[in-house]
Amino acid sequence: MTNPPVTSLPVIHTSDLTKVYAGTDVTAVDGLNLTVYQGEIFGLLGPNGAGKTTTAGMLTTRVLPSAGSAFVAGIDVVAQPNLTKQFIGVVSQVNTLDRQLSVWENLYFHGRLFGMGAIESREVASELLETFQLTRWAKASVYALSGGMAQRLMVARAIFHRPAVLFLDEPTAGLDPQSRLALWEIMKQLNADGQTILLTTHYMEEAEQLCHRVAIMDHGKLLALDTPTNLKHSTGIDTIVTVKATGDLNELGRALALLDGASSVRAVERGVELHVAGGERLLTRVIAAAEGVGAQVQDVSVAEPSLETVFIRLTGRELRD
Amino acid sequence: MKPSPISLSSQRSTWSAGRSALVALLLRDFTVIKKDIKLFFLRTVIQPFLLCFVFLYVFPKIGQSVGGGGGSPGAAESDFATVLVAGVVGISVMFQGLQSVALQMSQEFGFTREIEDRVQAPCPIWLVALEKVVSGALQGMLSALIVLPIAALVHANGVHAAIHIHWLVMLTLVPLAALAMGSLGLVIGTSFEPRNIGLMFGFIVLPITFLGGTYYQWNRLAPVQIGGWHWLQTIVLVNPLLYVNEGMRAAFTDVAHIHLYLIYPVLLVFFAGFLSLGLRNFRRRVLS
Ligand SMILES: Nc1ncnc2c1ncn2[C@@H]1O[C@H](COP(=O)(O)OP(=O)(O)OP(=O)(O)O)[C@@H](O)[C@H]1O
Ligand SMILES: [Mg+2]
Repeated sequence: MTNPPVTSLPVIHTSDLTKVYAGTDVTAVDGLNLTVYQGEIFGLLGPNGAGKTTTAGMLTTRVLPSAGSAFVAGIDVVAQPNLTKQFIGVVSQVNTLDRQLSVWENLYFHGRLFGMGAIESREVASELLETFQLTRWAKASVYALSGGMAQRLMVARAIFHRPAVLFLDEPTAGLDPQSRLALWEIMKQLNADGQTILLTTHYMEEAEQLCHRVAIMDHGKLLALDTPTNLKHSTGIDTIVTVKATGDLNELGRALALLDGASSVRAVERGVELHVAGGERLLTRVIAAAEGVGAQVQDVSVAEPSLETVFIRLTGRELRD
Repeated sequence: MKPSPISLSSQRSTWSAGRSALVALLLRDFTVIKKDIKLFFLRTVIQPFLLCFVFLYVFPKIGQSVGGGGGSPGAAESDFATVLVAGVVGISVMFQGLQSVALQMSQEFGFTREIEDRVQAPCPIWLVALEKVVSGALQGMLSALIVLPIAALVHANGVHAAIHIHWLVMLTLVPLAALAMGSLGLVIGTSFEPRNIGLMFGFIVLPITFLGGTYYQWNRLAPVQIGGWHWLQTIVLVNPLLYVNEGMRAAFTDVAHIHLYLIYPVLLVFFAGFLSLGLRNFRRRVLS
């Protein structure tokens, strides 16, 4: 990935941003402090119910904060929601395309909605269809679009008015791998052209692949915020060994934990996962330890730590459950 | 700490942003109507046509009496036709205004979720709801325009509706009635789930239409009484359609109607009440 210029100009800034939905006692977002800089792809990573959509909702004026403040493009989101909306583009988690309009019209009327003239809207609509490879579908009803195409159209619509920040709420959820890759490419390209993006996701690969910085959230709280590389370094481990075996897995876990360099072990499906920092001849020692407790090793795999590892170490849970 | 604003070169005033958003939303609605203009036309005329056909053509043909008898045979039917034609226009304004807003709203809130994008428009969210009311009202007015000639023309020989247009009343009351009905549509569309919207027609729209003075003048209800209390006449006063229909009588005919001094303020109050309730509902459902 090329390095588009990330500036030191804050585009999003929140302080102690908090949301408790009326009639519930769950704090959906709990004292969130973060700053997103112009030129970044910033990721909000967290499991279901972490508060990602709520955070995006507050920043896009749809959800009223219970406490704290948020500024987008220097505008107080709570005090000036209508002004804020001039400077943001939003792709929500569900398909919100206008079902009574054609693909082209969905774009055209968006331009008009944001104050562009008829001629300019017409031009930009057609250009965007070209860029997003939807020209063939210009006249089609949006019902005719596949999930991936609909998602591309939503992104095209959201950047139509050249927003200061583009909010993408789980844009690739439910897409097939190919469409997901296509959308990743689009996001990278937009960002390379200078588009600041706030992306929520629960796919760690997505956060790792795309984001300059990632905020890991759970239960409304910010658990960690850094570049993917730094987050992975922060775990202090460099290798993850997954041993699939039969026999006494508890015993196996205890034996592996005693290995030189072992940082922690964790039970996984039909096996044990070992987090290691350093350590020579790792695999040999792992297999020896397994055989020492009489476990029948069926498979051993080695991986580098991922954001998933970071999440597990922060919460003790997996990202996808 | 407030970060320094990044370049907001294209910042527009809220007012001008709101105005262009309103225009764009209306344009969008009319593009949609234009796509199905035949359907719009059919939907508008089918009910008035059937009403006029049955009451003003079939009934006189088969000798079924309407209009309370009295006078020469043709005269009773003609009197009834005069009353009915105004009512048919009123009911069309109501149906078109109410239905276009209520159905759209409940759909966009329900399964299509389009509203979530619509409210990201750079304007106050109440404007998005108000636009729906205005667009519904325009459709209501358009249907009045389509329906009046039909209602005046579909009848048997010898039956003659005495149409006399009072321009000032027509040009003010038709829009007011349409706005009030569009606002009622907003209330209904924001209160009912899409799967319950059919129920709403049964429980709200039908009673309103049958007890809304479409087929009779309000003053003719006087004989319906219990112990000297004109109960029906009193009860129907809560029905907004009554004022619409009586207003149409004032606009299109010379027959007796509720006094305009009453119709205007009452319709204004209904409009304001429905609109504020509808906008409140809308805001509640859009913002959390
Ligand atoms: N409109 C609402 N009313 C009440 N509670 C809500 C509402 N929306 C979300 N919540 C609650 O707030 C919490 C955070 O939800 P949110 O939708 O922000 O999570 P998320 O991270 O986007 O999850 P997902 O990955 O499922 O989209 C959850 O506990 C959820 O139940
Ligand atoms: Mg979400």
